[in-house]
Amino acid sequence: MEAFWIILSGSLIAISCGLLGCYLVLRKMAMVGDAISHAVLPGIVLAYLLSGSRETLPMLIGAAVLGVLTTVLIELFYKKAALQVDASIGITFTWLFAIGIILISLFAGQVDLDQDCVLYGEIAYVPLDLWITGSGLNMGPRTVWISGVLLVVILLFIWRGYKGLFITTFNEEFAKAIGIGVAFWHYALMSAVSLTTVVSFESVGAILVVAFLIVPPSTAYLLTNNLKKMLVITSVIGFLCALGGYFLASIINGSIAGAMATVAGVLFFISWGYVMIQKKKAALEITTN
Amino acid sequence: MNETIQFLSFSDPNVRFVVLGTMILGATAAMVGSFSFLRKRALVGDAIAHAILPGICLSFMISGSKSPLGLIVGAFITGWLSLLLIDAISRTTKLSSDAAIGIILSVFFGVGILLLTSIQHSGNAAQAGLDKFLFGKAASLTQDDIITFSSIGIVLIVLVLLFYKEFKLVSFNPDYARVIGLPVKFLEFVLATITVLAVAVGIQAVGVVLMAALLITPASGARFWTNRLGYMILISTFFGAISGFLGSYISYIAPAMPTGPWVVMCLSLLTVGSIWFAPKRGMLHKYRVQRENRRKILIENVLKLFYHLGEKENKFKQARSFEELQANRDLKTKELIKGLDMLKKRNWLRKKGEKWFISTTGLTEAKRVIRLHRLWEMYLNQRLKLEPDHVHNDAEAIEHIITPELEKQLEKELDFPEKDPHQSTIPYNEI
Repeated sequence: MEAFWIILSGSLIAISCGLLGCYLVLRKMAMVGDAISHAVLPGIVLAYLLSGSRETLPMLIGAAVLGVLTTVLIELFYKKAALQVDASIGITFTWLFAIGIILISLFAGQVDLDQDCVLYGEIAYVPLDLWITGSGLNMGPRTVWISGVLLVVILLFIWRGYKGLFITTFNEEFAKAIGIGVAFWHYALMSAVSLTTVVSFESVGAILVVAFLIVPPSTAYLLTNNLKKMLVITSVIGFLCALGGYFLASIINGSIAGAMATVAGVLFFISWGYVMIQKKKAALEITTN
Repeated sequence: MNETIQFLSFSDPNVRFVVLGTMILGATAAMVGSFSFLRKRALVGDAIAHAILPGICLSFMISGSKSPLGLIVGAFITGWLSLLLIDAISRTTKLSSDAAIGIILSVFFGVGILLLTSIQHSGNAAQAGLDKFLFGKAASLTQDDIITFSSIGIVLIVLVLLFYKEFKLVSFNPDYARVIGLPVKFLEFVLATITVLAVAVGIQAVGVVLMAALLITPASGARFWTNRLGYMILISTFFGAISGFLGSYISYIAPAMPTGPWVVMCLSLLTVGSIWFAPKRGMLHKYRVQRENRRKILIENVLKLFYHLGEKENKFKQARSFEELQANRDLKTKELIKGLDMLKKRNWLRKKGEKWFISTTGLTEAKRVIRLHRLWEMYLNQRLKLEPDHVHNDAEAIEHIITPELEKQLEKELDFPEKDPHQSTIPYNEI
């Protein structure tokens, strides 16, 4: 049963991250996703301090605010101060992450967040944190419910906003010309990424959110050019990562989240190799013909 | 206060090691980072920092010891591997380089975490402290560490001094470097090597996540102070060293405070301060220039308004009510009030009761702007053969920019025309 809950919550998170990640990868904003996933830390700590508990809602608000602040800061450095974009990203997220760690040390007594957990989470504890209703009914692990709701929200977002996201991703100029709010979709996507990050934070940590955001979509992108297929393949890969990661971790007795990222990497390298072989074959056929 | 004196006296050997260590690490990373910054490879440093973790774990698994040199060798190998893979992915697939960086960064780090936790769970007592690489261990640097750091730091400095000219060329214009016969591939290899080395060493002070800041933040800040590479590297190195010093000072007087994040905090504040306040390139300076320009344009437009009204009735010094002024030019009430006030301060306008009229010096200034406008219209019409109804908007913008030298040239070129393309008189100064 424990294995089931861990794999289920892992898959839910991996799929939510992957779906949003598809848009990040296609918009060449993968590293902005990386930056947000680090920069929400101070938001989480502040929400924790202000609300005094691990309630989900204040954390979501804190993270969303920080997520948007991150993109605003990056754009401020990039557009107003004419600093190159990679440096703008690098400065912003390291600064905010450092502030987050300092806040944790400052309020060590009041904040029940430890530094390692911030980096790689602890998905193994998912089955222990149960949601028990007022009448004493055991509803199963809390994380599964939260990440399930998250996935529904993300699916709704992509379903309702499919056109807007599609056009602003592939042809920004055209979107502007026909009056679609490019900035609106940009910030909507960034907020969605921040929300996903904070929900995933506790179970998989900052770095592995990045793995789920970037690696499965990139793998899917290697295999197809069709956005809808890419979203589906990403979801399948997300599930495989959670499944494979769980078993890999139990074999070598290590972090489950780390193992999930490792499996994501293995799947990526396999598809990369496959694509390269296909290319070579095609090139050979052309030369022999 | 006592603590400050104690800290500054360096009487405690621990203080000496920590301060010296973080300063050396900060300075060398900042120096090497200047080149990463210029080659637009800021985030590659981040990827290397993450990719180093599995190297450290593997090195420990193979050797079973935590000697600084052994770990650095392991770190060096996976750090280099990550660079090669990022290049290969962005070269052979349709993925952009930032996706390639993200993939390598997160996968290598995931593998590292997997190995690290596996080592921790194995119950091997020697592993304690290996996880210091995640967040750095600046506060517990030892003499051995300092010796390793300083020798690597010296190697890096010597390499940079030795290849300074070549690195400069490769960073700014690799194509040109190739053409004049420099071994660009080799130089890029050396640059990448010193970056990996600097990261492998620096990570021990601030940890995986914040390492990117040590490389890139000081260089970004230094860039706002100068356009010369030599100065930029010096300023950047200075930022790195001073932040190392301040970071270790803060964690000394407040022992609960982690050193690494404070080093990064100091670096970030220095850099954000530079971005705002640096002369010439700083944002504040840019805003000031912009505001000055906006003011100039507003003033000149209001003066022109007086001139146009006066020209119609041939009564230039007629007093005008606020309503009359606003009815004749599309200016917001607030803007117009601001413009009138500024003009009054300069004595270009005078106020009589509720009405405004233009002074003699104001009229001269108004004539100058009108003259530039009409001369430019004339120029566009005569030399570029633009129709008279196409020249106004262009002139409206450039009238605020034309210098006295350019004005003289225009007058000479057009031979002091009397009328503009719309048959309005061009006003010259009476001599």
